[in-house]
Amino acid sequence: MKSKILAGFLVIIIIGFFSGAYVVDETEQAIITQFGRAVGEAKTSPGLYFKVPLIQQANYFPKNLLEWDGDPGQIPTLDKTYIWVDTFARWKIVDPLKFFQTVNNVTSALARLDDILDAAVRNYITSYPLLETVRVTNRKLDTFEVGIGDNQEERITRNISTGRKQIIKQVQEQASPKLAEFGIQLVDVKIKRLNYVEEVQQSVYSRMIAERKQIAEKFRSEGKGEASKIAGNREKELKRITSEAYKVSQEIKGKADAEAAAIYAEALGRDPQFYSFVKTLEIYKETMDKNTSLILSTDSEFLQYLKDYGYSGYNKQK
Amino acid sequence: MSWDWDKLMEQKKSSSGGGFSTPPKMDDVLNKIRGARGKFPGGFKLIILAAVIILLVSSSFYTVDVDEVGVVQRFGRFVRITQPGLSFKLPSFIEEVSKVKVRYVFKEEFGFRTVDPGIKTRYASGPTYESESLMLTGDLNVAVVPWIVQYRIKDPFKYLFRVKNVRTTLRDLSEAAMRIVVGDRSINEVISKREEIAGEAASILQKELDEAETGIHVVTIEMKRTNVPDPVQPSFNEVNQAGQEKEKLIYQAREEYNKVIPAAMGEAEKTIRGAEGYALSLVNRGKGDASRFVALYQEYAKAKDITKRRLYLEAIQEVYPKIGTKYLLDADMKSLLPLLNLGKSEGAKQ
Repeated sequence: MKSKILAGFLVIIIIGFFSGAYVVDETEQAIITQFGRAVGEAKTSPGLYFKVPLIQQANYFPKNLLEWDGDPGQIPTLDKTYIWVDTFARWKIVDPLKFFQTVNNVTSALARLDDILDAAVRNYITSYPLLETVRVTNRKLDTFEVGIGDNQEERITRNISTGRKQIIKQVQEQASPKLAEFGIQLVDVKIKRLNYVEEVQQSVYSRMIAERKQIAEKFRSEGKGEASKIAGNREKELKRITSEAYKVSQEIKGKADAEAAAIYAEALGRDPQFYSFVKTLEIYKETMDKNTSLILSTDSEFLQYLKDYGYSGYNKQK
Repeated sequence: MSWDWDKLMEQKKSSSGGGFSTPPKMDDVLNKIRGARGKFPGGFKLIILAAVIILLVSSSFYTVDVDEVGVVQRFGRFVRITQPGLSFKLPSFIEEVSKVKVRYVFKEEFGFRTVDPGIKTRYASGPTYESESLMLTGDLNVAVVPWIVQYRIKDPFKYLFRVKNVRTTLRDLSEAAMRIVVGDRSINEVISKREEIAGEAASILQKELDEAETGIHVVTIEMKRTNVPDPVQPSFNEVNQAGQEKEKLIYQAREEYNKVIPAAMGEAEKTIRGAEGYALSLVNRGKGDASRFVALYQEYAKAKDITKRRLYLEAIQEVYPKIGTKYLLDADMKSLLPLLNLGKSEGAKQ
C-alpha cells in the first residue's frame, strides 16, 4: 500500500515535469502566456525550457522564412494595358510578442499581408507604364526589326527610368513599416508572373503576327534585291570580260600589223620595183591554172623568138 | 503480449527509418504498469523494464545512407551533423535526427511536367503549366519559356531550419529570376540565346537562394524548347521560311553568275590568245618574207639584168604549162581576135 502511494506520487511528479518542460525547435520561437497574458521574454533560441505546469502555456511561432503568395489579379498600367500580376513575398516574425499581440497567428497574419501587399503592388504597378514593370535595365535588345513604323520603334527602343527592381523596392518600402507594426519583417517582394490579360493577349498576338509578316516580307524582298544585284553584276562582268578581251586582242593585232608593216617596208623599201616584179611573178604562179586561157601575141617578150630568132624583137624591146 | 511487441517493433522501425518519431508517452507506459500489475505480478515488471530498455537503445541507433547526412537536434537545438554509416544518439525524446539528401540532385520543372521518364520521355503540358512558362519579353512580346532547375542541398542546416517551405521558395524564386532575365531580352534573343539566358537566370537564382538562406546550390538551369505562343507560331515560321527563301534566291543568282562568268573569262582568254597567235604569225611571216626578199635582192643587186631575166623566165616556165588553153596571135593579125569565142570553152567547163 505504501509503495502504491509512492508510485502515485512519482507519476504526478513525472507528469508535472513533462507538462512543465517544453522544447523550442530550431525553426520556432515561443511565448509563454499565463492566463492569456504574455510572461517574460520570447524564447527565440532553440532548446529545452521549463514553465509552470498547467498555469502557463507555450505559444509557438515560426522563426524561419515564411512565404506569402499574392492573389493574382488584373491591374491596369499607366499606359492602360491590363496585365495580370502574380506576386509573392517572404517574411519573418521578428518580434513574436508584438506578433502575438496584434495578429495572434500566421493565418491572420497572411490576411494582413494580403491587404497591405496586394494594395501596394496595385498602387505601384498602376503608376508606371508597362515597360517599366517588365524591364529591369536598359540593356540594348537584339531585334531584327529594321525600318519599321515609328510606333513600334518606340516600343522597342524606349528606355526605362525606373524598372521592375525599383518598383518592387518601392512596394516593399511602402509595405514594410505597416508590417513592422505586426512584428513582421518583410524580407522581399517579387513578381512571380506577369502577363497580358486574355483580351490584350489576343491583340498582342495579332501585333506579333503582323510584325513577323512584315519581317518575312522584308526578307523576301531583300532576297530578290540581292539576287537582282548579283544578276546585274553578272551582266556587267560578262560585258566587261568580253569587251576587254576584244580590246586587248585588237591591240595585239594592231601592234602586230604595224610591226609587220614596218618589217616589210624596211626590207622592200630597198627596191620597190624589184619587189613588185618578184611579187607579181609569184602571183602569176599562184593564179594561173588550167582554167586560165591565155592569148599571147607574137610581139610579146615570150614569143619574140617564135617568128624570128632574135634581133628584131630583142632590139625592139631594147 | 504479442500486440505489445508489435507496437514496440513498429516504433523501433519508425524511429530508425524515417525522420522524427514521436516519443512513447510516459503516461501510457505508467498506466500499463499499473493496470497490468494485478494480473501479472513479478515477471511483468521485468518485461516492461526490458521493453523500455529496448526502446531506448533502438532509438539511439540510426543509419545514414551514402547520399545523406544526419542532422541531430537535442531538445530542438541543432547539435551536430553526422556522415553516412551507423551512428548513435541519445534516445528519441532527447535527440532527434533528420536526414537530408545532400548528394542527390533534385529537379524542378517549369512549364511542363515529365509524365513518363524513359528512353522516349513523355511530357505533359497544358494551360495549367503554360502560365508558368508564358512570359513577357523586353520588347513586350509574349514568349513560352519552359525550363528545369537542378539543385542540390549544400547546407543541410539552412535547408532544414531557415526557410519554412524550401521547395515553393525555390519555385517562386526561379520563376521570378527567369522573368527578370527574359524581361530584358527581345523575343529573338529569348528564342536564339537560350544558353545565355539559362546562365544568367542561374546566377540570379543562386544569389537569391543564398540571400534567403535556403542552403540550396543550383547545379544547372536548362532551357527547354523556348518558343512563341501557338497562335503566333506560323508567322514566326514564315519569317524563317522567308529567310531561307532569301538565301535560296541569292544562291540561285550566284549559281547563275558562277555558271557564266568563268566561261566568259575562258572565252576572253581564248580571244586574246588568238590575237596573240595572229600577231606572232603575222610578224614571223613578215620577217620571213623580208629576209627572203632581202637575200634575193642582194644577189639581184650584183647582177640585175640577168637575175631579172632568169626570174622571169623561170616563172614563165612554171606558169605556162599549167595554163589550160593558150592562143597564139600574130601581132599583125589583130582582126582575128573577134572570131575567137572566149566564153565557150570556159562556159562548157563550168
